[in-house]
Amino acid sequence: MITRLNVASIYVLDKDEALDFYVNKLGLEKGNDVRQGDYRWLTIRVPGERGTEATEVSLEQPGPPLHDEATAAQLRELITKGALGGLVFTTDDARDLYDTLKERGVADFTQEPTDHFYGTDMGIRDPFGNPIRILQQGKAKQKATA
Amino acid sequence: MSRETEDLNRRLLRARDAMDRAYAEPLDVRAVAAVAHISPAHFSRSFRDVFGETPHRYLQRRRVERAMFLLRETDRSVTDVCFDVAFTSLGTFSRTFREIVGETPSGYRRGHGPIVAPHCVQLAAMRPRVAAGETMQSSSFGEALAAIQP
Repeated sequence: MITRLNVASIYVLDKDEALDFYVNKLGLEKGNDVRQGDYRWLTIRVPGERGTEATEVSLEQPGPPLHDEATAAQLRELITKGALGGLVFTTDDARDLYDTLKERGVADFTQEPTDHFYGTDMGIRDPFGNPIRILQQGKAKQKATA
Repeated sequence: MSRETEDLNRRLLRARDAMDRAYAEPLDVRAVAAVAHISPAHFSRSFRDVFGETPHRYLQRRRVERAMFLLRETDRSVTDVCFDVAFTSLGTFSRTFREIVGETPSGYRRGHGPIVAPHCVQLAAMRPRVAAGETMQSSSFGEALAAIQP
């Protein structure tokens, strides 16, 4: 049986810019950063997760050798349209994190922290258009309004 | 060329996100176009080229999706729901709702109860599709504004 999600991947337009956003803005940490010829295996992960506990998110840039240039261009268009899949994280305090992110200069919020029957969540986009949702699990104190 | 397309897409997506976020506020084309750093005259066409519908229709579907949510999950009156999602006239709200959903707000409420799924799933999956037979070209943001702010 499968026991854990080890690596998931998202497409970004630029690995350095992605690393800066996910580490310095969002507060994740760098995982693997290994170069193999022209290829750079670059991952991020939630701080504190280690070794066999960690789920790494691989940051992949469209282009050779994985894609021909036409395919890479299509992928870049879809990324920037916000049409590709994203990531969902959990937090222990959504509103506190929201304030922290704003202080760090994150501006692309798709949804301010909002209470629901299952918890409080918010939405942001990475610099390229990928959707990110962050959830504080647990029933919100007040009745859901949106 | 390609970089320009990506940059334009990203800016239009930012404007689309602004509509998703601020659907409950009175939005005008100038403000939304400004988010994308595009002149109001070019905004509607560019948006339609990239997302397949006019920004006006996108905002209407967003507002109607939220109205559907409020009708399902709360006991607010249809009139309150209309103003909650920033329509300024009950007549325009009811007509738009019916055009997009295929039934009246109160008819929809009678037929639907609360849904147990995360907000982001509802937001994406429950959003009404474009009404059948509608021609996207027929709507411009200019007409839209007249509808939103008569």
